[in-house]
Amino acid sequence: MQAFIEEYGLLLLGGVGETLFMTLVPTLFAYVLGLPMGVLLTITKPGGIAAAPRFNAVFGWLVNILRSLPFMILMIFIIPLTRFIAGTSIGATAACVPLTIAAAPFVARMVEQSLEEIDRGTVEAARCMGATNWQIVTRVLLVESVPSLLRGLSISTITILGYTAITGAVGAGGLGNIAFRFGYQRYQKDLMYVTVVLLILLVCLIQGVFNLIARRADKRSR
Amino acid sequence: MIEIEHLSKVFQDKNGRVVALEDVSTTIRDGDIFGIIGMSGAGKSTLLRCLCLLETPTEGRILLDGKDLSALRGEELRAARRRMGVVFQGYNLLMQKTVAENVAFPLKLDKYDKAAVAARVTELLELVGLADKAQSYPSQLSGGQKQRVALARALASNPGVLLCDEPTSALDPLTTQSVLELLQSINKKLGVTIVIITHELSVVQRICNRMVVIDESHFVEQGDTAAIFENPQSSIARLLLGKKEG
Repeated sequence: MQAFIEEYGLLLLGGVGETLFMTLVPTLFAYVLGLPMGVLLTITKPGGIAAAPRFNAVFGWLVNILRSLPFMILMIFIIPLTRFIAGTSIGATAACVPLTIAAAPFVARMVEQSLEEIDRGTVEAARCMGATNWQIVTRVLLVESVPSLLRGLSISTITILGYTAITGAVGAGGLGNIAFRFGYQRYQKDLMYVTVVLLILLVCLIQGVFNLIARRADKRSR
Repeated sequence: MIEIEHLSKVFQDKNGRVVALEDVSTTIRDGDIFGIIGMSGAGKSTLLRCLCLLETPTEGRILLDGKDLSALRGEELRAARRRMGVVFQGYNLLMQKTVAENVAFPLKLDKYDKAAVAARVTELLELVGLADKAQSYPSQLSGGQKQRVALARALASNPGVLLCDEPTSALDPLTTQSVLELLQSINKKLGVTIVIITHELSVVQRICNRMVVIDESHFVEQGDTAAIFENPQSSIARLLLGKKEG
């Protein structure tokens, strides 16, 4: 045990750090892209506050197409873009580019789902009070759905964490990379089990923290 | 003054045309407490939605102080909406905001300065008797209290007209009484015209000075409440009254 920690402790610690980096940075950027996308999907729906059924259908298809690409394929497909943005296509920083692109449409659907939960009447009430569409989005939709958005954020974060394992397999670092190199290529099962346990702990931690924040943020349950 | 002129509203859905309102006309005078009574499905809600500009009439028009509401767009439309306060059946409060923030909401949309908003919110919450609940959230309030918050919010931008959709149908008799008294005092004190949509005859009888009876998309009877209660002409009004007496 002592020897194991001495030999692999630093490696694993670095892996956890890289995995967290490759999870949190793409999550942030995926929301920068996905949040407006989700809002757009919601408000342009037939019956929405800025109904544009044709645009909505086309945009919905685009999101679906992006979502249906297997992550592995997407990652290889956009290597030129990754090089352009990150300067390289190898390593944790470069991995953030495909991770963001893959997660953004997923986030858009999560956001859409949260916004859909808001009662139509609440939006109509704001409209009756003379709110503009922008005011309805920023002061009603995005405010009333905060607890749901936070729960969606935990699901998105964990999904992206899952993706990082795949980038690990192609040399982007992180726990996935350690599991792949030592566990798969060198048959070091003990190390692989440890990375799996660490990943489980990370998922539980993320879920727990976000659940707590969402519960605190929700004013309906007081 | 609100003039409803030959208003019709037809909905087109998969199963064909649904006529919700057909050629209805009436005038609501300033200072009235005007009752619109009818059974479920008679067209009451459609009428309210046309009045608060959530639906555009298929035919006819609604004039607010002589201005055709359906002709308004953009900023003019939003300004007209601010001249009408609406109290919805389900209250439609912001659940993630405090009572004070809910009441302040229409004022903030209108970009009042902070001190003015705070003063107005205090004034309104005192008017509806909820000054002590300013920092509570809607989920902590009873139905009657939520109704009062909705009322305070509807009055925030000093509307000339207050539209109330079934303001008492979810409340117990005692709370109903107090909400009706509040509406009456708002009508007297602030001179706000009040339009009440309801299926409860007792509500109309207690506070409305004028009324229409709506049945199967038509206004079957309209006039002074007292006169209609004394001598109902339409069969539906007689039925409504008869039911109550029996």
